[in-house]
Order: sequence, then C-alpha cells, then structure tokens
Amino acid sequence: MSDLKDGCVKPAGGPLLPAAESDKMDVLTSLTQEVKKVLARVGKEAIDFEASAFISGEGFKPVKLSDYRGKWIVICFYPGDFTFV
Amino acid sequence: MAAVAALYKDFQALDVEVLSISTDSRFVHKIWQEEELSKMLKGGVPFPMLSDGGGKIGTVYGVYDEAAGVDIRGRFIIDPNFVIRGMEVLTPEVGRNPNELLRQIKAFQHVVETGEVTPSGWQPGDPTLVPGPDLVGKVWEVWKP
Repeated sequence: MSDLKDGCVKPAGGPLLPAAESDKMDVLTSLTQEVKKVLARVGKEAIDFEASAFISGEGFKPVKLSDYRGKWIVICFYPGDFTFV
Repeated sequence: MAAVAALYKDFQALDVEVLSISTDSRFVHKIWQEEELSKMLKGGVPFPMLSDGGGKIGTVYGVYDEAAGVDIRGRFIIDPNFVIRGMEVLTPEVGRNPNELLRQIKAFQHVVETGEVTPSGWQPGDPTLVPGPDLVGKVWEVWKP
C-alpha cells in the first residue's frame, strides 16, 4: 500500500478538456447548471479525465484515462458501491 | 462490477485495461473491496476503482443522473487510438452482460486488424464480410441471420 496516508479532501482533475471545451465546462459547473454538455460520442476521441482511485494491493493514487492510451480500455460507470446489481 | 472482475482474465487475455468508476470516494471503494467484493470473489476487484465525486466525469460521458446524484450504468469501449468504439447505458436496475462486452471487444479488435466487418452476433471464427462493390446485394449469399 503505497499512498494510504493522504488527506481527506484531495480533488482529482476531473474531465481534462481542451481550453475551448473547458470554458463550456465552467458554464456547466456554474450555478445555472442549465447547459449540459455530453461530449462522449462513438467514433470520436475519448474525453480524458483524472480521478482519484483505489487499486487493490497498491492503495490510493490518481489515475488518468490517458495513462492507458495505446491500449484497449473499458470504462464501467455504476451507481454505487454496496448496491445490489 | 464483480461480474466483470470474475472475467478479468478474459479481459487481460485481450490486453484490455478495465476501469470502474462511481461517485463513491476512494475510501468507500477500499472498504467495499475489503468487506464485500473480496468475499464475493477471490482477490476482489483487481482493476482500479475510480472516484467521480460530483459526477463531472459522468456528465461529459452522459451518464450522470443529477436527481439521484450518481452515475448510472454506462460502459465504454475505447480503442488504442483513444477513440470511443462502443457505449452501452442502462438504468441502474439491470446489470450488464460482460460476455457481450467481451464479444464486442473481440469483434472490434478483429475489424481493426483485418479491415473486415463483422455481422450481427459475430463470434471469433465466424465468417466476416469484406465490404466493397462485389458484396452489394450479395450479403445473402454469405450470411443469414
């Protein structure tokens, strides 16, 4: 376990967008929350992101999607730990 | 998630990196792994479990449910050129079929390698189609449902 002694609140990068898209995300995360921008499309480049992660046997560390560029990648979103399906 | 983890060797055999992600913190992932997943499955979940607190990543991937505050079930296949090849999004009540995910990855890997295309339900070893003028109107000769 390499990095188990981190702080309680350590924000990861989240979506890593080019500047133009990043401006749109600022709108997205502003108070209005009215502009929703889904950027993922089949046949288009994946949106890079950084997230904090738990890796069994390694501990906590930030993971970037682009760390795995050059390989086949599967991302599985799911509603929550300790749920039933 | 455990169902995907149970087939992890098959994903490794295809040289696929698996990442799971939910709005839970990394701390919750650790306890889920230690208290439940590792008891469901020897070794638990062997791939990185990512945290999407706030759902920003889920939002750009179109799977964040603002009302519930969680990422719904969505899975994405990304090729080595970083292009999204496939996505499947389900409401939370129904789990995924990891065997269909494996089938799709095998088919995508095959088409990238060969330039052929794979018909409905293709499995490795099944006939493929070679698109071109000669195939127009003749698919029935080489493939039937």
